[in-house]
Amino acid sequence: MAEHIIPKKTYIATWATLMAMTLITTLVAFVDLGRFNTVVALAIATFKATLVVLFFMGAKYTPRLMRVAITSGLFFLALLLVFSMIDYLSRLWPA
Amino acid sequence: MSAPSVAVEPREHYLNVDYGIRSWLLTTDHKRIAILYMISITVMFFIGGIFATLIRLELMTPAGDLVSSDTYNKLFTMHGIVMVFFFLIPSVPAVIGNFVLPMMVGARDMAFPKINLLSWYMYVIGAGITLYCITVGGVDTGWTFYTPFSTTYSNTYVFGSIVGILFAGFSSIFTGLNFIATIHNLRAPGLTWRRMQLFLWSNYATAVIMILGTPVVAISLILVAVERVWHIGIFNPALGGDPVLFQHLFWFYSHPAVYIMVLPAMGVVSELVTTFSRKRVFGYEFVAAASIAIAVFGFLVWGHHMFVAGISLYSALLFSVMSYLVAIPSAVKVFNWTATLYKGAISYRTPMLYAFGFIGLFTMGGLTGLFVAALGVDIHVTDTYFVVAHFHYIMVGGTVMAYLGAIHYWWPKMFGRMYPEGWAKISAATIFIGFNVTFFPQFLLGYLGMPRRYHAYAPEFQVLNVMSTAGASILAVGYLLPLIYLIWSLRYGEIAPANPWGSTGLEWQTTSPPPTHNFEETPVVTEEAYAYDKHPEMEFVA
Amino acid sequence: MSHSTEAAAVHSALQAPYRDLEHQRETATLGMFVFLLTELMMFGGLFCGYLVYRTLYFPSFLEASKHMDLTIGAVNTAVLICSSLTMVLGVQAAQQGRRKAIVMWLIITMLLGCTFLALKGVEYYHHWAVHEVPGINFDFSSAVPLVEVGKVQLFFALYFIMTGLHALHMLIGLGLVTWITISAYKGRYSSAYHNPVENVGLYWHFVDIVWIYLFPLLYLISRMHT
Repeated sequence: MAEHIIPKKTYIATWATLMAMTLITTLVAFVDLGRFNTVVALAIATFKATLVVLFFMGAKYTPRLMRVAITSGLFFLALLLVFSMIDYLSRLWPA
Repeated sequence: MSAPSVAVEPREHYLNVDYGIRSWLLTTDHKRIAILYMISITVMFFIGGIFATLIRLELMTPAGDLVSSDTYNKLFTMHGIVMVFFFLIPSVPAVIGNFVLPMMVGARDMAFPKINLLSWYMYVIGAGITLYCITVGGVDTGWTFYTPFSTTYSNTYVFGSIVGILFAGFSSIFTGLNFIATIHNLRAPGLTWRRMQLFLWSNYATAVIMILGTPVVAISLILVAVERVWHIGIFNPALGGDPVLFQHLFWFYSHPAVYIMVLPAMGVVSELVTTFSRKRVFGYEFVAAASIAIAVFGFLVWGHHMFVAGISLYSALLFSVMSYLVAIPSAVKVFNWTATLYKGAISYRTPMLYAFGFIGLFTMGGLTGLFVAALGVDIHVTDTYFVVAHFHYIMVGGTVMAYLGAIHYWWPKMFGRMYPEGWAKISAATIFIGFNVTFFPQFLLGYLGMPRRYHAYAPEFQVLNVMSTAGASILAVGYLLPLIYLIWSLRYGEIAPANPWGSTGLEWQTTSPPPTHNFEETPVVTEEAYAYDKHPEMEFVA
Repeated sequence: MSHSTEAAAVHSALQAPYRDLEHQRETATLGMFVFLLTELMMFGGLFCGYLVYRTLYFPSFLEASKHMDLTIGAVNTAVLICSSLTMVLGVQAAQQGRRKAIVMWLIITMLLGCTFLALKGVEYYHHWAVHEVPGINFDFSSAVPLVEVGKVQLFFALYFIMTGLHALHMLIGLGLVTWITISAYKGRYSSAYHNPVENVGLYWHFVDIVWIYLFPLLYLISRMHT
């Protein structure tokens, strides 16, 4: 059977990490880091999302195809965000 | 294997295995679903054609005298919505793809047959809602739904049309889902990716676009609907919103959408060119890679629809460069088809005539795309008939021709009957002539400055407009003829052998029409596609 | 469950185009991942709009974010993470064919999901009570200069649309979990066949991931009180 059964310990550890990161991100919002508030918040969110994808969704153990699919989806989403922002950020540049 | 001397219809096949409306409306057989789609999109095609007829009639005279300007706005809007969302996007994938794809991979059916049926129902519900909106008053925002007109100022059935289009979008997504899963997981033993027929590569690339792009247009239209109902100003400048944001979200899908329309058509042409020149496709790997490249690059260029909308110059430059890059894989395909034809044993049957038509007209449409991709030229020709001609060359001269070529090519497989070759050739010629007389003058009109989406124009444009309308009437005849003779052939057409074209394609290695489960035994693939040089015994038997 | 009824259940679960259950499972999982890609792109469009307007109107977004209920937001985040854990434990029970455990974990997951939606409802009600719902009763003029009201309204519009779409997906998720709970109760799943549970789990985790991003973007822009 190609199915990989993940041990319960892994799930609990993942859950605990996610809860801890939620607490951390909430507390960090009360510290003034200027622009880095956003960076830290998104970095933590990305870390949490990655844990969910890898362990809860089992992507770490699925065939390569799923990981290619997820990565390509993220790539195209990034394209939408980046190319749109290129427009908005350069609107006021001198011609 | 010995070919029978007389073509005999197989005793039981997917059409006669079960009768009655329930066996059709509750089918999960991909072949029956394909036929259901074929009927539905044909109906929508002729409805879209009626709008086109009214447009061309109005444009015969410079004055706006046939219909009011508001009505005219509705005509081109509904022509666009019906043709884009309810004909072109599903045409080759949902009809030809659904029928042929599982057979080409050697499978019994698609990966998710019930979802396949659901996709058709989504289509039908969407079409029904859209037709209802058309009947009770129509919509006039242009198929592009630009804000703030669509959100704030239009007094027509915007919300209803959006709901109809959302259903069509789900249909598209479910089709794409099935294609990807089927091609990845249901290939017959021995059928590696590099042995797949090119139609499969094209439809795989198309499915990727359907999956990644359709949801974005869905959310952009949902936002329009939400703003329309609750006036919350996401795209309203008075409240800080940006109408151009709508355009970014809309065109992020709608540009790749044109590749949804053209990639499957290119896949058809690949099949036709090899079968009717009895030769392998030149540069198989390049054509396959070009399909994927078109899908990927197609997502990088959407801003070229917005050059004059107010995006930044630097952004426009980026999109312009990307638009030049996306032309390259398309050109690779055209060169490779041409090289395939070189020294091939070419036969001029109707499907091949349509393939020739595609290659020539798509090339013209594609080259004019490069004109409009250049910022300097686009400033002058954007929103004129030049652009209208450009996209009709690709969508009608390209996709519709390939769709008709595919219908004729696979007709014997679908129904076990040959179409009448004489009438088919006459129609193909009529369509080719009618198409060029309709749309070539529009390049000239656009270059001379006639704007699109206007029902009145300066008198000096009349001659070319009359010519265009005359062409449209010829084109209409050309489209009606196949409707008549194809239906005729279902009853009176010559009975087709299993493989009339002597094609090496896997779908031809079973009876015509096929049994419900496609193959008596799962085929095992032992060689690459289009191995005509290894099989001189395969020949035309039709 | 006896071996022959399990075998019968397994046999009836196998659908036509597949060689065996494992082949069917892999394909169905692929299908769910591809479907989740479409969901990613749909929410992605909203994130694009959010990114654009936040970049253009940061001060207004900062001001608006202060009116979010951070406590409910944080608690909801924790609730969803817990529900993801219980969901995945339910999937694991399905992999091991433990019928009662599947049902228990799925019911707890549903309860947590309902808790999330209830808290969301409380939040929405509060926003409505203080006139923060665009299109319905939005009135922010006392808090910021009038010219900035539109931009603050954009934040709230995006807030309601994004969390609203998310809540709709939670509702659909609850429906799906109900369906598999009933099927599990009826004994339809075993260690040989439990793919629907896994796939509903994938959907559930995806909806959780969307919230993992919504929380910092909407609630945590800045909490430094000057």
